[in-house]
Amino acid sequence: MTDATIDRPTFEALQQTAGAEFVGELVDTFLAEAPLMLQDLRSALAAGDADRFRRAAHSLKSNSNTFGALTLGALAKNLELTGIAPAAAANGATLDALDAEYSRVASALMELSRG
Amino acid sequence: MADTGSHGSRLLVVDDNKVNRLLLTRSLELQGHRVATAENGRIALDMLRKEPFDLVLLDMEMPEMDGFQVLEQIFDDRALRGLPVIVTSSLEGVESVVRCIELGAEDYLPKPVNPVLLKARISASLEKKRLQDQLKEMVRRFATPEVAQDLQTSGFALGGKRVYASVMFSDIRGFTPLVESQPPEETIDLLNTYYTLMFDAISSHGGVVNQMIGDGLMAIFGAPLPLPDHEACTVRAALEMIELVNMFNAERAAAGKPEIRIGIGVASGEMVAGYAGTSKRATYTCIGDTVNLAARLETHTKVAGRAILIDGATRNKLPERVGIEPLGLVEIKGKSAPVDVYSVNLGQGI
Repeated sequence: MTDATIDRPTFEALQQTAGAEFVGELVDTFLAEAPLMLQDLRSALAAGDADRFRRAAHSLKSNSNTFGALTLGALAKNLELTGIAPAAAANGATLDALDAEYSRVASALMELSRG
Repeated sequence: MADTGSHGSRLLVVDDNKVNRLLLTRSLELQGHRVATAENGRIALDMLRKEPFDLVLLDMEMPEMDGFQVLEQIFDDRALRGLPVIVTSSLEGVESVVRCIELGAEDYLPKPVNPVLLKARISASLEKKRLQDQLKEMVRRFATPEVAQDLQTSGFALGGKRVYASVMFSDIRGFTPLVESQPPEETIDLLNTYYTLMFDAISSHGGVVNQMIGDGLMAIFGAPLPLPDHEACTVRAALEMIELVNMFNAERAAAGKPEIRIGIGVASGEMVAGYAGTSKRATYTCIGDTVNLAARLETHTKVAGRAILIDGATRNKLPERVGIEPLGLVEIKGKSAPVDVYSVNLGQGI
């Protein structure tokens, strides 16, 4: 399961260059920040704030790729590129998928950084 | 870890995202650099204007002030322009990358940043900056700061432009007999001290020494960079020069050496200022009637028996006329009509 959610070589390279202990702290920071980005996406969408929506998607994409969460990163990149233009229903579905993928990423990362 | 490295450079990481800031800081500190962070462009610019940095790692997508605006402001700020900026971002689309480079970014590193690539790019940028700083230092040493600044901003081009400025000529009286009466080493020593004193007085009032010939010098106030109240600045510089020479003389007298006297001529008006010479060797200078007049007034100090002579254009712009004594119309070589000449008397200030 873990392998599909987090790209192991990316994560291990990160641990190697930055140090496993530091990456543990970095994961904690990400787990604290990412839910805020997900929230930000929904409230920016509700408010029709295209800039904020794009920035939140951009940040989430950037951080996901740092840890090797490539699927989450791809979903976020898609949101960054399409913006709030698509119909609300379509965006809602994408955000639900994003939330679900994030939950998988979060537990995989916790497991990996503890190990 | 910050501020403890005796070597390494001081870098600023600008990113609105906490994970990115932490990770970049970590990578850079592991490479031996000292790192400060800013979470948006506005904070970053405040920091850059307050403290010196060697390099900036800049994210593009940020609230309040984004990376593009930061790049623009760095480019528009004379003091910051040479600062290398490496953009680290995960912007989509090649046109964004092109825009960063066009705005003056040194390099572009996509996120997640590869640590090996990061290290190589930073070393290359820092090395380039070191060379540029060395070059700037050379220009600074051999040109005046104003000319160096002018060269840096507008580049080098022969040819002049019209400016309104003040010109000063100064010369040591009876220098030739003095030179003949003492060993050459002593003359060089005397000139070095004399020039140091004169340069201090002139530059502290905003002037630029642009020529030194033997014991004489020419200084410009108001070019290449504009200087408000350049007439008063020139006269204040002249008064300070006389004062410094008097102090220098007291020292010389104590050592049993003869005193030196200087004469100063000042004129203000329009002149042509610019680089004259060849494309290989040129100096910043000013030419025109005003310049000739200043030179003639300096010569006339001997005849008039005064230390500082100024023309009417300079005198009319002085905030106070205390200590300014009209000497009436004087025939000046090269001028068809006689010119109003004023003496600036010492110890009264202006």
